[in-house]
Amino acid sequence: MADTTERPLLDRLASKFGPNIVAPVIAAVVAIAVSSLTLLAGGYNPVRAFTEIGKVLWSVESLILILNRGAWYYVAGVAVAVGFKMGLFNIGADGQYRLGALFAAYFGAKADLPPVLHVPYIVLIAVLVGGMWAAIPGVLKVTRGVNEVISTIMLNFVATGISAWLLGNYFRREDGTLLTATKVIPISGRLPNFNRILSSIGLGLPKGSVLQGYIVIAILVGIGYYILLFRSRFGFELRVSGENPAAAKASGVNPKRMVLTTIILSGAIAGLIGIGPLLSDPTHYKYSDQFPFTLGFTGLSLALLGRNHPVGIAFAAIIWHAIERGTQPLTTKGFPQEIGKILQGAFLLTAVIVFEVMQRRSQREAVRDAAVKSSVQVEAAPA
Amino acid sequence: MTNTAVASAVAIELRDIVKRFPGVVANDGVDLTVRTGSIHAIVGENGAGKSTLMKTLYGAHRPDEGTIRVNGAEQSFRSPRDAIAVGIGMVFQHFQLADNLTVWENIVLGDEPGSWYRIGAKHARTKLRELGVRYGLEVDPDALVADLGVGQKQRVEILKVLFRGARIIILDEPTAVLVPQEVDELFKSLAELTAGGATAIFISHKLDEVLAHADAITVIRAGKTVGEVPDPSKVNSHDLAELMVGSELPSPETRESTVTTDVALEITGLSVATPGQAHKLALDNINITIHRGEIVGIAGVEGNGQAELVEAILGLEPIASGAIELFGHDITKASTGDRRHAGIGYIPEDRQKDGMVLSFPLWENCALGHQRQEPYGDGRWIDRAASLARTEQIIREFDVRTPSSDVPALTLSGGNQQKLIVGREMTSSPKVLIASHPTRGIDVGAQAAIWEVMRLARSMGLGVLLISADLEELIGLSDTLHVIYDGRINATLVPAAVTPKILGTYMTGSARTDDPNLTATAAAAAAAAANGADHG
Repeated sequence: MADTTERPLLDRLASKFGPNIVAPVIAAVVAIAVSSLTLLAGGYNPVRAFTEIGKVLWSVESLILILNRGAWYYVAGVAVAVGFKMGLFNIGADGQYRLGALFAAYFGAKADLPPVLHVPYIVLIAVLVGGMWAAIPGVLKVTRGVNEVISTIMLNFVATGISAWLLGNYFRREDGTLLTATKVIPISGRLPNFNRILSSIGLGLPKGSVLQGYIVIAILVGIGYYILLFRSRFGFELRVSGENPAAAKASGVNPKRMVLTTIILSGAIAGLIGIGPLLSDPTHYKYSDQFPFTLGFTGLSLALLGRNHPVGIAFAAIIWHAIERGTQPLTTKGFPQEIGKILQGAFLLTAVIVFEVMQRRSQREAVRDAAVKSSVQVEAAPA
Repeated sequence: MTNTAVASAVAIELRDIVKRFPGVVANDGVDLTVRTGSIHAIVGENGAGKSTLMKTLYGAHRPDEGTIRVNGAEQSFRSPRDAIAVGIGMVFQHFQLADNLTVWENIVLGDEPGSWYRIGAKHARTKLRELGVRYGLEVDPDALVADLGVGQKQRVEILKVLFRGARIIILDEPTAVLVPQEVDELFKSLAELTAGGATAIFISHKLDEVLAHADAITVIRAGKTVGEVPDPSKVNSHDLAELMVGSELPSPETRESTVTTDVALEITGLSVATPGQAHKLALDNINITIHRGEIVGIAGVEGNGQAELVEAILGLEPIASGAIELFGHDITKASTGDRRHAGIGYIPEDRQKDGMVLSFPLWENCALGHQRQEPYGDGRWIDRAASLARTEQIIREFDVRTPSSDVPALTLSGGNQQKLIVGREMTSSPKVLIASHPTRGIDVGAQAAIWEVMRLARSMGLGVLLISADLEELIGLSDTLHVIYDGRINATLVPAAVTPKILGTYMTGSARTDDPNLTATAAAAAAAAANGADHG
């Protein structure tokens, strides 16, 4: 290899720390720089703004909130990433979890089951509905060649319409309140939280803070995603299909079946997103017009930022909500709240670009290295 | 011809051109000097780097190293537009014409006069007629391109670059698609052109036509210039062939026959429709039987149905009719996965597109196509440790040169990638091996190794289907040789009794053995023609 001192800074950093560390660090620096300049241009003091953000984040309450919301985001990221890995763009995770959550909320609140059955029952409904809704663009793609980007985006609107209609006319609770919501899930159907365990080992949480049990589901989704992708035959075929469809076909993968299975799987995981607010968040435990929406779209950013990797998406989810959480109270201090969006956008774009550049460079270097070696081989071969 | 008149002026001078692609060094220090007003031939085997060199010259990509001089001035082309600006035009092997437009419309396409309501029809027609008469390239400017024959389409391509003011014309294997009369006409036109001061560079691996028509020859082997022949009258085709392949080249000869009477793969009445053209068949009633221990070779000019045959055997594309049996089991309706699992090994023509995932590590590439079977997995899970062990074994036994089994496949050279593919197919206990151009574009050492594996496969009792454009390879390795032409098998030959020359006559469709009335006479005529040309 070439002398390290002569190589560009980026390459030296990459070989010392690895792109997985360097890219996010560079992205963070750029994001802070860009938002600082924006603040300066608007006549604000960026140092004070970031001091405020730091103060907000430096608390147990913030940590708990970031973990709770990060878990929802994580599952959304994985749902989208499964599709990305196969070259499928499931933009419809939003509609998939929305419908899944609505049905799960309605039937879950109606059912009278012991806790060991009640939770799986609700989860199963959400997963099935999410998967079935995702099967529509899958079938359209396989049989009619409809591009899944277009169909999943359009089906989001359909899902919004259907869920509003069902909620307003059939699934709404009839208790005289003005709230448009389903009935609240009974205790037997909720996921337990971590508060009691934590206080029993002396880590009592501040009043009002709840560390949601859904985090366990998110971790299980991550482990399952890893095993499926990197240990199973199906995951191998899925990754091959995403990287090189022609080679996948020649190796015996049925491309149509692969498309259909992957998009249904993506939708089924998307169905799990809504389980977070539904079974684990004390402010919800029901589906209403206040239910957290657009998590499916956040998942797109997170899959991209986490490079579809189970660990990468976890970091992406935490950073994403940390930015949201940190910039949330800025308005009360006289700063524009939009600075959060600027931070997120600049971070995402820079991280993706830096990663891509580093990957290409290291690939080119590897090829050049091999090319030099192989030309030596040609000369040596006849001997 | 013209080499004495303008001997001093140099049109093109390339020095030390190096061009690398992932896994391949296509050009590795090529030098080329072309005199103004000459017909210059570039010869070399498949994959020697000829087309890459021409693309460099035409501005289709930039070389990694080296200099390009045109008429004495150093150039650095960023795009073909830069090349055409200094008078370099390229005629591609695969025509780049819009079939639904007329000749003159194709000519002005992309080079319209820059007015939004006028595209210069009158000017184009006049100039086309003028160019046609002057250089013997007459084509009706108002004819629809779809109605033209291959030779005429090529004329349109040449006219197109002349119309744009090219004085240096590059032709990539211009004769590959032409019948003999058309070849003569082409070279007559090129002679007219060069007599008028233009320069023509053509790529070929047909040595006879190179010797007959070129004013100078450059020989390329394994990405390097290995010979420059300023005066072709002083060399013969044997010298050229030796330069092209290198004298140390081992021969692909097989030894004693191992052919058995057990049928390994039987293809009966196979027909495949051309996509989008239901009435036209890409394969028409093909019957092939491959026995255990037999290598069945398929010769043919590319695009005559070889790709469709492979796809049909592997079940990659639907067939129109016919049956395929693997050791007596009908697999006509089986999925690709089931066929491969049943023991069909596959060495694809385009290894990087169909045979590997370049960004995946070697061990995952070894599992590719065998992911359902031991040792790579049990059908449900991938066994990483066993896959790694098997990959190590393949690397050792098939001499794949790599630092480890965990590096991405893109770091391997083309030859090593191919050895890895051949290795993974051979170690997965196949019963039938489909090898499509197994030695295309790889270095001589790897080529010899792969020939050795093919012989080994044969002696192990596999049925092998070998498709190749390398006629020496086909004749040397095959036990039975079919020639495919226009989707049909038009000749079945005994390899020991044929030469590349004879094979060539069948490949162009000018002779056939499947017509009972013609068999004797055509074969005799072909043999006679071949002998006459060969020993001349």
